[in-house]
Amino acid sequence: MNRWIEKQRHLIDFTANSLARRKARSLGLLVVYTLLVFVLASVSLYTHALRNEATRVLAGTPEIVLQRLIAGRHDLIPPGYMDSVGRLRGVQKIEGRLWGYYYDSVMKANYTFMVPTDRTVADGEIIVGPALERSRGLAAGNGISFRSYSGELHTFIITEVLPHESELVSADLVLMSEADFRRFFTYPEGQYTDIALWVANPREVRNVGLKLMEKLPDSRPILREEVLRTYASIFDWREGMMLALLSAAILAFGIFAWEKAAGLSAEEKREIGILKAIGWETGDVIAMKFWEGLLISLLAFLLGYVAAYIHVFHGNFALLQPVLKGWAVLYPSFSLTPKIDGLQVATLFLFTVLPYTAATLVPIWSAATTDPDTVMRG
Amino acid sequence: MSRPSNRVLGTILIAAAAFGGTFLDAARQRIAHEPALQHTEALVERLRLSDIALFTEARYTRHLSQADLHSAFQDHPVALEHFPSGSMLPPPQTLLKRHEPLDREAAPSD
Amino acid sequence: MLELANIRKAFNQGQHNEYWALKGIDIDIPPAQVNVLKGPSGSGKTTLLTILGCLARPTEGRVRLKGEDISGLPERFLTEIRRSTFGFIFQQFNLVRGLSAVENIILPGYPTGTPRGRLLERAEALLAEMQLSHRRDAKVEWLSGGEQQRVAICRALINDPEILIADEPTANLDSKLSAEFLVILQRLAAAGRTVILTSHDPLVVESDVVDRVYSLRDGQLIGVQDKAIA
Repeated sequence: MNRWIEKQRHLIDFTANSLARRKARSLGLLVVYTLLVFVLASVSLYTHALRNEATRVLAGTPEIVLQRLIAGRHDLIPPGYMDSVGRLRGVQKIEGRLWGYYYDSVMKANYTFMVPTDRTVADGEIIVGPALERSRGLAAGNGISFRSYSGELHTFIITEVLPHESELVSADLVLMSEADFRRFFTYPEGQYTDIALWVANPREVRNVGLKLMEKLPDSRPILREEVLRTYASIFDWREGMMLALLSAAILAFGIFAWEKAAGLSAEEKREIGILKAIGWETGDVIAMKFWEGLLISLLAFLLGYVAAYIHVFHGNFALLQPVLKGWAVLYPSFSLTPKIDGLQVATLFLFTVLPYTAATLVPIWSAATTDPDTVMRG
Repeated sequence: MSRPSNRVLGTILIAAAAFGGTFLDAARQRIAHEPALQHTEALVERLRLSDIALFTEARYTRHLSQADLHSAFQDHPVALEHFPSGSMLPPPQTLLKRHEPLDREAAPSD
Repeated sequence: MLELANIRKAFNQGQHNEYWALKGIDIDIPPAQVNVLKGPSGSGKTTLLTILGCLARPTEGRVRLKGEDISGLPERFLTEIRRSTFGFIFQQFNLVRGLSAVENIILPGYPTGTPRGRLLERAEALLAEMQLSHRRDAKVEWLSGGEQQRVAICRALINDPEILIADEPTANLDSKLSAEFLVILQRLAAAGRTVILTSHDPLVVESDVVDRVYSLRDGQLIGVQDKAIA
């Protein structure tokens, strides 16, 4: 056993020396390789943590949100609708929600206007989300004017800014009183945007949803479970342009690595001939090359992963965020909670370390099995 | 004397330690973030929120789970998207499920 | 020490360009002597050397090492024998470029799993013997031809082999260095090692250091000259 270890260490010595000899080549490979792992791991860590964060905080969302659809479009809940829903067996609590969008032409951004049910906001006052504080330089006590759809200006006084720690869900919110909301949007009295409802028995949620659809064919219930599933699968599908672009990079790296790893230079072939002639077995040469592939890819994986971790959880995903931001003017500034999926890391490891290690071994077979006397015959 | 393999294995060891360190740091951060997460969860519950404010450019990206059947990116799952974020967000599963029967109804019988 | 019986070696056997490099050779190499295979190029002396050194297998015939038939052994055992019994010095020296002299010398010791400390110790001793200690950390491509050859000798001796095989060792050396090389060979033979080399250099063939000369022509042995008796 000791001999075996000593022998492997000798082989690593040799590999380390030959990597050091081709410094530019090895370093270049390591840098490109690390970069690739870095980008892949960044995207993967970020999306996983975001998915996790979203489903975690949205666990408090209403059990069922009931929308009314007209010709496939979301429409207002008319008066009397609520009563028929409320009479349904199993429904414990029911609330009309009032919310809508406002386009701020100054910032070229969309805000979400909303009437809170957990607090009373006095008429003429608003509570804003942290992104508004940042982008429009607002603070408690400031006034701000919005031009309503009827064309008149409404001025509001800001009384509070929502806490920064919850920015992921509240960045663009503007909370106002019901009277202000209805006045501002000329929202018909007695109507609501949609209905939030809670069910007494959590196991009955699905049944209540079905009953709602039966009773109100123009309604569309959205279950909490569906909301969570939507966010659990966010980025899963067409994992975005980023991955599409990345696939080109991965392919390019594949070619690059294949050429570097699989192509043996004449110098390397000569070396292998020498090693064979001075008593190395075919297996020794292959083991030596195996170490080369493993050490490079392992180091690249570790460095790339650690850099990605720092990038995502200490550097706010700064390098890749522009891609995710898209056209969102009010991007929330939030720090994700690191949630690492072992399987994900293992997959990344396998997909980065294995192929390269294998690629280094392929050409070695033929070279390592050459007859040792070839060296003598020049 | 410094042996080449010592240097290489040492580097790997340091990198592996850093790798292990990320997991420790993750655990530490998870504990540190817990109160904020709980506050956020409570805020979501109190304000009856249903979506995260990651993409505010359009109503079907701002309120992804509330998007209605005929919002832009639900025209077709592979339809070209106007907004970049739309190409990164899958349409909610429930909508896709609803699309299928509609498509079938709309298809001419043969 | 090493006996060859009716050795024949073919290249490209069964093809249209089939060529017999050796056509039935019987040789008995005595231990602790300097043996030279001589002959013009194409006479088959290098091919014979590869068979003597277990680098290649004969097409026909038997090779006996210390009375034991080794020509039928599988590749793995042959490598093992080659590693423990033979040391090789090549015409082009065949040192690994970019490695220091001492790293080159200990290369044949790697597959044996001998601790690095022991290998280095032995390499230091060999370097000292060759008066090369001051060049131990120099990269081999910066060494002179004579120094390179002495590094190659050290490398051949690192596993303490009984038989030393050298292919045209003086081809790249001037007369002075060749003479020095022969002195080294003499010392090795006196210490009990068997030396086998190919050469067509008269300086080597006619040297007093050489105990026995085998003349080859067209793949056949045409004469054996015992210098000690002559």
